[in-house]
Parts: sequence; structure tokens; C-alpha cells
Amino acid sequence: MPRRTDDIVIEVKGLTNSFGDQVIHQQLDLEVRRGEILGVVGGSGTGKSVLMRSIIGLQTPDEGEITVFGEPTIGRDPTEATNIRKRWGILFQGGALFSTLTVAENVQVPLREFYPDLDQALLDEIASYKVVMTGLDASAGPKFPSELSGGMKKRAGLARALALDPELLFLDEPTAGLDPIGAAAFDELTRGLQRTLGLTVFLITHDLDTLYAICDRVAVIADQKVIAVGTIDELLALDHPWIQEYFNGPRGRAALAGKRDIEGEIKRRPTAASLAATNEADAEQGDDAVATDAVKTDSGTR
Amino acid sequence: MSAKPDFEQISDAGGTLRFTGDLSLRLLGDLPDRLDAVDGKVAAIDLSQIERIDTVGAWVVHRFAERHDATVEGLDPDDQQLFDQVVDSAEPVKMRDQHGSAFTRLLEEVGDAMSMTIHTLYGLLGFLGATTIAFGAVARHPRRFRFNAVVTQFNNVGVAALGIVGLMSFLIGIVIAQQGAVQLRQFGAEVFTINLVGRLTLREMGVLMTAIMVAGRSGSAFAAQIGTQKLTEEIDAMRTIGVSPMEALVVPRTLAAILLMPLLGFYSSLIALIGGGLLTWLTLGIPPVTFIQRIREVVPITDLYIGLIKAPVFGAIIAVAGCFQGMQVEANAEQVGLRTTAAVVQAIFLVIVLDAFFAMFFTWLGWN
Repeated sequence: MPRRTDDIVIEVKGLTNSFGDQVIHQQLDLEVRRGEILGVVGGSGTGKSVLMRSIIGLQTPDEGEITVFGEPTIGRDPTEATNIRKRWGILFQGGALFSTLTVAENVQVPLREFYPDLDQALLDEIASYKVVMTGLDASAGPKFPSELSGGMKKRAGLARALALDPELLFLDEPTAGLDPIGAAAFDELTRGLQRTLGLTVFLITHDLDTLYAICDRVAVIADQKVIAVGTIDELLALDHPWIQEYFNGPRGRAALAGKRDIEGEIKRRPTAASLAATNEADAEQGDDAVATDAVKTDSGTR
Repeated sequence: MSAKPDFEQISDAGGTLRFTGDLSLRLLGDLPDRLDAVDGKVAAIDLSQIERIDTVGAWVVHRFAERHDATVEGLDPDDQQLFDQVVDSAEPVKMRDQHGSAFTRLLEEVGDAMSMTIHTLYGLLGFLGATTIAFGAVARHPRRFRFNAVVTQFNNVGVAALGIVGLMSFLIGIVIAQQGAVQLRQFGAEVFTINLVGRLTLREMGVLMTAIMVAGRSGSAFAAQIGTQKLTEEIDAMRTIGVSPMEALVVPRTLAAILLMPLLGFYSSLIALIGGGLLTWLTLGIPPVTFIQRIREVVPITDLYIGLIKAPVFGAIIAVAGCFQGMQVEANAEQVGLRTTAAVVQAIFLVIVLDAFFAMFFTWLGWN
């Protein structure tokens, strides 16, 4: 099966969205290719989530055409669109797990809904390996969402998003609210699953590290449009002030430096030993780091 | 398009099962059942002829391979990686924790409910104390009294409730009068309908029905508002700024409920009398002037006192139960709903228990 092609999976043409007088999108165009991880970035309130909600049909746009897998999604009856729904999975920002069901039962919900003929034993087994595959401990299966930490909720949400073996995965700020170690692990998980399962991923993020680490292309939303799509290098070559500020601001440079440090060295999972070593090194360097910071602020005030 | 997944059994030396088609969840159909029906020895599974495989297909093959102790071969590298990942993730996961037999679970639930009840009553008592202390603190430092908040609550608890309480009371007055007229007519005593309406509404129904309405309208609102503020950490923020949530949130609400319950109760009784009077006028032909005259003769003033004494107590109970449940919200949004329900149930229950207690007490006082 060809994993990475130039097929267009999502095509958005002339999308216009507005809430009252506030125009969110004006004639927005975007294409997502099969097998890529497309990062979507933009300032707060530029309508990244609204774009995702428009594509998956939760928000009816004022104007525009959206096709997913070559089929239009706007204005379609929910029953008609099941063919598309079966082929995508969505991870919402807070996980959006059903609070009265356990994690394992949450994973089973889409399976039960779309494939009512599966027998219970197989359902349980599928839920089991999905839960473990997203990096959750087996003991997390019978837990309720309220008993999970933020990172575990995201993983459980991902397990549910992957329940139907989708071809297309929507992730809305998957690393928001995770600590750096958890965020890096989640990036790696996304990348790993994307490779093995041959997924196309539509990823909304603010996390520059995520962009550098796993995105094939990045789409920038500003001025109510997608102003540029390309690899980060291609974007950096553009002379748009927002893009320059975004990638060349202090955080952007730090993320780039981080990417250069690990480039070539890590394409494999960090082992427990290496993690422990980094932690120790961090602890030793802790004081130095504080001292350097102090110097920086000093020079800054002068 | 993709072909349905299928398999054929090849009888070579060890026995080989060759899969064809699209081994994915979408086209799975009855494949698992047909695989269960395979008998005879299978030593190898050949996947070289398949069009596509996804994790569910991989799982079904893996499950079959394990049962028959067979080897899986013929996958291309990408699919092999997928297959390996599924096999690596093969670990039994419990769907839901369920321990003990039905009987022990029953005992557990009864015990849980008991300890919950005792815990809640204890907590409620504590909260009542905390509220009293907060009132004391506000009384000692009148500058900390939040006049605006109290006025807002007056509006929410009282003014905004006038319409619904009035309508409800009017209808209750009509029902009491109508039932009284029908039943008492059998004894030729329909004139006593006025006694019934007058004494019942002023002494019991007016305040009790108002309390139930206030518990449903305002007690639930208190629990939901405070619960949501607890969830969004507003209450923690208040504490860190040095504002006592008891003084800023609980005192205004409790005060509003205590002061407005007697007013609402009195208003409710009056409207119920009007409803009853109207019905007696229409069905029994007793004119309003006579109705009022009779009310003044047969309803002792103590009936009014009883209603007005009970009302503030009911108001306090409703407000304290609502605020207490709101403050108990923790962790997730689901709790807001549960706690709001608990606030209303608890408030109405306590109001009725207290009402029974009051009835005994006033009878014992000789206020018949």
C-alpha cells in the first residue's frame, strides 16, 4: 500500500466563517496530502479550531467547499457521511472522553456504533491492544476519565480516535498542558503511529517543538487565510512578519536549537537509562542555569 | 475497489492458511467467525497475497496464529511493522473493575450510601457552623458586608420568583377550594371550605410550597454557581487574594434566602387565598366580602405567625444546603450536576422534616 503520495485527502476551497460581525476565515484554501503530518499554526483566535470543526462538519461555514477523501462534507446528512466518519479519528483538546464510561469502554464506543456485529470478546481485545498501543498502562483500562492525569487523558483520547483504524487523524493541540517530557513522548507516539499505521495527520498546535519534531509541512493561518504552507525551511524563507516573529522569536530559536542538538542522534526511543542520565545532568546544571539566567536578565536591564 | 478478505486452506506438509483481499475493519464481516470454524492443523499463515491490512486485521490474524501456534509470513516491511506493533501491544486489559459477587456489592453499596449520608450530615452541620461564624464576622466588621451582592441575590431569589410562585399559589388555592367544596358538600358543610382554605394556606401550604419552589429555583442555582466557581478555581483565587468565599458567596445568598422566604411565603399565602376565594365565589356563590369576613373570623392570627416563623428557617436550610453542595464540587464537571441534584433533594427533605417538627412544636405550644 502506498503510504505517502500526492493524493489530496482534505481540500478546503474558499472557506468563509464568521460569528456575528467577527469574520474568522475569508476565502481560506488548504490542501492536506495523504500520509503527511500537517501542522496548523496561528495566533490565538485566528480560527485554527474553527477550521478543524468546519472540516469535520461540526461548524457550518458561511461559504466554501470542503472535500474529504474526495467527498463533500458540508451540509451532508450525518447518516450519509458515515463513510467518511468511519475513516477519520478526532482527538479533541481536552480528550473529550465520555465521563460515565471507563477508558476501555470509551475506545469501544465508535466500534460499537459503526460495527454493531462485532462480538464482545473481539471488541474487548481490540480495545485492549489499542489502549496499550497508545502507551497507556494496562491498568488504565478500567479507570474512569476523572481518575486520569492530563497526559493519560490525551492518550486515552488518542486510543478512541484510533479505534476505527482511521486513515485521517485530527489532533487539536495534543501537547497543550503536558510537561515537556510528556509532550515529547506524545510527539514520538504520534510520529510512530503515523508511520506504522500510514496515517494522514491534521495537527493544530502552538508547540514549536512539535512542529520541528514531527510535522512534514506547516500551514500558517493569519489575516483570515492560510498565508503559507510548506516545510519550516520554506516558511522561514518567506518575508512575512508574523512567520518571522513566530519562528525567529526567542522560543522559536530555542526549539530550533533543540532540534539541531538531537538531530541525527535520536531517531530511536530514549531509553530509561538515557532519560535518567539527562535528569542527573539537569540536576547538576541546575545551579549554573539559574546563574546564567540571572546574568541574562542583568544584561537585559542594562 | 478492495476485495473482501478471504482465506483458503492449502494442505501441504504443515498446513498453510493463505489470506487474500483487504484485511481491514471495514470489510471484516464474518471473518472472525469463519476463522473460528477452521479445523485441522495450520502451521503457517501466508499474508503475501493480501491487498491491505490494518490493526484489527492484524489482531484477528495474530489471535488465530496464537491459537494454532502458527507462524505469520509474507508481509511487506511496512505492514510487518504494523503487525509487530499490534503483537507488542497484546496485553489483556480489564474493561471495568468489578469485584465481589452481587451480594457483596449490594452490601458495599448500602454501606457506602450509609457512610455517605452520615458524612454529608456531619459536613452540613459543619458548614452551618462556618456560615454562622461568617455572619458573626460580617456583623463585627460591617465594612466587609457586600451590599451589592445581597441586592443581586434579593433579585434572583425573590423578585424573579414572584411570577412562578404567584401562579403556583393561585392554582394551589383553587385546588384546595375545589376539593374542599366537593368533599364537604356531601355533608352539607361546604361553607367550611373557607376555613380549610384559610387555615391550610396560611399555616402550611403557602410557606411549604414556596420553600419547595425556592429550593428548586435558587438552591439549585446556588449549588451550580458555586460549584462552577470551584471548578474554575475562582474560589481558590478569592482565598489567595484574602477574600473569604464564605463571606463573599455564602453570606449574601443565605441572607437573601432568610429575608425573602417570609415575604415570598406571605405573598404565596395571599395569592392562594385569592385563588380559593375566586373558586368559592364561582362554585359556591360566596361573595368575596363574605369570604374575607369569614377568613377574619375563623383563621387565628397564630396561623400567620406559624407560617412567618417557619419561613426564614426554611430559607436558611435551602441556602446552606445549596452552598454546601456547591462547595463540595471537586475535580470534574459531572459533579456539578450531581451536587445540584443533591442540594435540591436535601433541601426539600430537610424542609419537610423540619415542617413536621414545627407542626408538633406549635401544637404543643397550644397554637391550634
